[in-house]
Amino acid sequence: MDLKLDHYSKDGIEIVDVEGEIDVYTAPRLRELLIELVNVGNYQIVVNMEKVEFLDSTGLGVLVGGLKRVRAHDGSLDLVCTQERILKIFRITGLTKVFGIHDTVDEAITNRKSEK
Amino acid sequence: MPTVEVTFTPLPAHVRTARLVATAVARRSGVPETLLDEVRLAVGEACSRAVEAHRQHCPSEPVRIALTGQDDRFEIEVINASTAPGQARGAMAGEGTGAPAGFSLAVIAGLADDVRISETPAGTSVKMSWPVSGSLTAGGSTRHS
Repeated sequence: MDLKLDHYSKDGIEIVDVEGEIDVYTAPRLRELLIELVNVGNYQIVVNMEKVEFLDSTGLGVLVGGLKRVRAHDGSLDLVCTQERILKIFRITGLTKVFGIHDTVDEAITNRKSEK
Repeated sequence: MPTVEVTFTPLPAHVRTARLVATAVARRSGVPETLLDEVRLAVGEACSRAVEAHRQHCPSEPVRIALTGQDDRFEIEVINASTAPGQARGAMAGEGTGAPAGFSLAVIAGLADDVRISETPAGTSVKMSWPVSGSLTAGGSTRHS
């Protein structure tokens, strides 16, 4: 399956819905979207990965790159993911300590608001 | 002799095809369903590394994958024909993608039951293997040579 991307604003936070496979072929599209969002001033981002079927290290690199960009503006990039097969990749690479990973978009938003 | 051999031009779009073929052959060879996700991800990582190295150093050379089902193990070998220095240790991984160097190999080592990375006359070889049903053993290893 190809990659489907959508985004919308909720409570002042930009939510990016990702569906499909994030790999060496599709990851550049996610990277471009994250760069575009940051360039127009969205520094609080939540990436909803609940419908992601595959994620490799290229995808991880894009997420780390996005995090680096928003942090340069004192922003944040949190993830929503409950799928064990995706979470495993974050654990193997130690990135569970780098990203805030939440069960739902609402939980991610609430958590982010409480940290402000 | 490999059960299935695949060669493809070094384009990112073909990595997905390689993943699908490797997973199908692994299933057919008796790799347990619970390990197929690991096979899919590990072979994708190895192929992504190879594609990136080929595109930088030898874009006209195809990437080769050998899938071999034996009595107790299923082995995948991804041969990266580019022999630029440092590739075996992952110096190329993630370049141009924003991924920290070595991420790819870290993921492979974390997923495959047994990993061997070596420089051969044909290029850099990444060999990974998993047990097939009925031969599940505890533990695994990662070897660099």
